[in-house]
Amino acid sequence: MVDRESQLALEVALTGLADRLGPPDSVIRHLHRLSGGASQETWAFEISNSRGTRALILRREPFARVSTLQAGLETEAELIKLAGAAGVPAPSVVYVLRPEDHCGRGFLMARLHGETIPRKLLRDAPYIAARARLTTDCGEALARLHRITPTKPLPHPLRLAPGSVRLKELHSAYTDNGLANPVFAYALRWLADHLPPDPSPRLVHGDFRMGNLMVDEDGLVGVLDWELAHLGDPMEDLGWLCAPSWRFGEIDHPVGGFGRREDLFAAYERASGHTVDPARVRFWEVFGALQWGLMCAGMGTLFMSGADPSIERGMIARRVSETEIDLLDYLLPKSHGGDHA
Amino acid sequence: MLDKPAAQDLLPAVAKLLRDITGEAPTPHAVFLSKVAANAVDLATREASLGPRIAAEERARLQQLFGETADLETLNRALAEALLSGARDGTDPAIRDHLWRTTLDKLSVDQPRYAAYQRHLKRTSGR
Repeated sequence: MVDRESQLALEVALTGLADRLGPPDSVIRHLHRLSGGASQETWAFEISNSRGTRALILRREPFARVSTLQAGLETEAELIKLAGAAGVPAPSVVYVLRPEDHCGRGFLMARLHGETIPRKLLRDAPYIAARARLTTDCGEALARLHRITPTKPLPHPLRLAPGSVRLKELHSAYTDNGLANPVFAYALRWLADHLPPDPSPRLVHGDFRMGNLMVDEDGLVGVLDWELAHLGDPMEDLGWLCAPSWRFGEIDHPVGGFGRREDLFAAYERASGHTVDPARVRFWEVFGALQWGLMCAGMGTLFMSGADPSIERGMIARRVSETEIDLLDYLLPKSHGGDHA
Repeated sequence: MLDKPAAQDLLPAVAKLLRDITGEAPTPHAVFLSKVAANAVDLATREASLGPRIAAEERARLQQLFGETADLETLNRALAEALLSGARDGTDPAIRDHLWRTTLDKLSVDQPRYAAYQRHLKRTSGR
């Protein structure tokens, strides 16, 4: 729940920022928190002044923080600019915060018109045409994204994390949570035995999935949440998009709950000129199922330690078994099988 | 083995939430949290009725696999370590059967509406 005092402080700071950037008669309207975890926040608001009204989004970290996995918001802002220039649907970055703005670290971007809630996008009538286009849109966006090469140094260099490094991270997450989970252990073993050779590293979005894709009635309009971007195996993005945890009940449509793998691969191949190896994508789907399972287990650790005793955390931890059945469908399918094989 | 937090750990969080939101205007977030809390109570109810049988059967299978007696946590840790090191193989029919039964039993408590679980139930009952 939003702390009223911090919201008021943010409103004051944003008013000062708006006055410095535009005509000094700016008013901040409709400031409200959209989402965010303990460290990153997303806010929506409008700036009204004598020039008119602008709808904006603020992504910020209120406090300085060091995380080894996240690229940092200044880098995220730079990546979103590069993505837009490369033809990836993305919001336009309006301003990167400076310390004297007293808003924390982060950036402002233009608010896109569209929807991100997976269950609406996968089931509601207004998105029928969008669903028919979305697989192709995603294949093309990923092909363009994977071609991006920064022409100048980023504020923070992206971490180099191809499959061999990402697998070590999963192994650590398993060990650090003190788990005794035979299905997860078998999946870790399978991944180690099937790890493909690391390709020459490309930009990887790292969280390209339903929930982070802004879609309107005509298709994909924005790829959001670049905080897990890194250099690595581009097939990681295709596998994560197809992971069972991101199908939201539409399990027979492997691409995000809306599409077919062969259509995604075809669109990607047309746009990139590179052939997709389905076995490599499958490796990353299994990786993705286990990664989400370990994230759920991590929530259980946070809950049990008292660090976050909220009922939401506790209940997400009890979704570990969902990822177990997904892993078993991939790795030890019953004779009647799933659609994973 | 059912994951943590157990029902007895979840229920105090439900109680706290219900006390916290009492008297508040029902904001969309409070409505969402109330649904999560209701799901937690349903889960705890299923765990109370199914949990003991599931744990006993899982332990019996593991003791059969290892030929020794120990508590559920110890046996699970032993199986996990054997699968991770490659000393035991998941494709071994007895282990594969055990893993499937255990996960399906867990889902019957955790998330019986999960689509992959529902599909599995339909396929096994249709044979």
